[in-house]
Amino acid sequence: MAVFSGRDLGCERGERLVFEDVSFDIPGGGVTELRGANGSGKSTLLRMMAGLLAPTDGTILWNNIPVSEDADAHRARINYIGHLDGVKGMLTVTENLRFWGELTRGQQTDKQIRDRADLALATFGIAKLADLPARSLSAGQRRRTALARLIMRPALIWLLDEPATALDTSALAALDHAMAAHLGAGGIVVMATHEAIRQPTPKVDLDEFARRAAAKHRAAA
Amino acid sequence: MNGFSALLKRDLKLAYRQASDSLTVLAFFVLATVLFPLAVGPEPAILARIGAGVVWVAALLAAMLSMDRMFQSDYDDGTLELLVIAPAPLELCVLAKACAHWLTTGVPLIVAAPLMGLFLNLDPAGYGTLLLALALGTPSLSLIGAVGAALVLGARRGGALLSLLILPLFVPVLIFGVGAVEAALTDISARPQLFVLGALTLAALALTPWPAAAALRQAVE
Repeated sequence: MAVFSGRDLGCERGERLVFEDVSFDIPGGGVTELRGANGSGKSTLLRMMAGLLAPTDGTILWNNIPVSEDADAHRARINYIGHLDGVKGMLTVTENLRFWGELTRGQQTDKQIRDRADLALATFGIAKLADLPARSLSAGQRRRTALARLIMRPALIWLLDEPATALDTSALAALDHAMAAHLGAGGIVVMATHEAIRQPTPKVDLDEFARRAAAKHRAAA
Repeated sequence: MNGFSALLKRDLKLAYRQASDSLTVLAFFVLATVLFPLAVGPEPAILARIGAGVVWVAALLAAMLSMDRMFQSDYDDGTLELLVIAPAPLELCVLAKACAHWLTTGVPLIVAAPLMGLFLNLDPAGYGTLLLALALGTPSLSLIGAVGAALVLGARRGGALLSLLILPLFVPVLIFGVGAVEAALTDISARPQLFVLGALTLAALALTPWPAAAALRQAVE
């Protein structure tokens, strides 16, 4: 059964139509790839799913209920890793992670947050960098720090925008591993990507939607 | 309140590690004040007459100086997107940012104000009221500034635009802040002016988080 779905989504940004009539259904425990050429709106669709951007047309649904009806509950389900890492250079790697943990703490105690930060560091192989200021990290290490936020906060839906950017093979393996654990627990992963992922996955191809929309417009004309 | 304390703690830590930012504001305050005796001449009576006004104007301008940075670095590095998605209400995040801004710029200004009073030959009777007026008035500057800073995010030359937006809104604080000291110096009770300053800050506390949060949501769209 589909739990996370979108119906006839359209997006217009500053007079420009980014995409229209895009629909998707993502079941629990499923990873979905977002495909499309540069500029086809992958990031835009992800931001829409995250609730950062309201769709111009259509609705995003969680268990067939529009997420806009309870935006707070939807935000609580989302882990979003965008193009920007959201890592503060003046803070150490651990401080960056703990800040995110405290911001989304819920009922967790300080000790639980510290433990979770240790787990997150270990998961993405950055335990050795824990006490370094993040400004001294390489691009790949910053990306790992950003991805470690996925572990800091338990959330059902992971939205990853080009997560593989700047990652080496060991980091990719760590991400694959973390994703597998998340999917095994019934989570959902949506990722915009150009790289081939390990297992064949269902795709939402924005180029395909664009072709369909163009065909529809031609037929109407 | 988790989000509030986490963000406040992080901002104070960042301000401590980038102490030069706060010191720049303080140095500007001192220099701007010291320019006045040089410009209008060292006549003690004239300086005593304009002292309170000069301290207030310099404090307003110094507070302005740091305001455009309130959300800028979070916007640039992607943290702002995370704050918007985080379960903590964005309005609370705005309060935390304004609170941190006041603690790192408003409080140093208040601490330096007596020294500036000394430079300007301010009557000793006015010191207590000047400090009290600054303590009551400067929080509203940070709160109103938060709305402006959120509105100009992403704009070119945001700093100049921010001054145009915000300075007119600072006028009531300026009038009643200077009025309080004048009243104290002429042996009239300064209570009405101080009450108005307190009321302005309370009104800002109640009213500014919503437009600022709305502007932030708009900025990350």
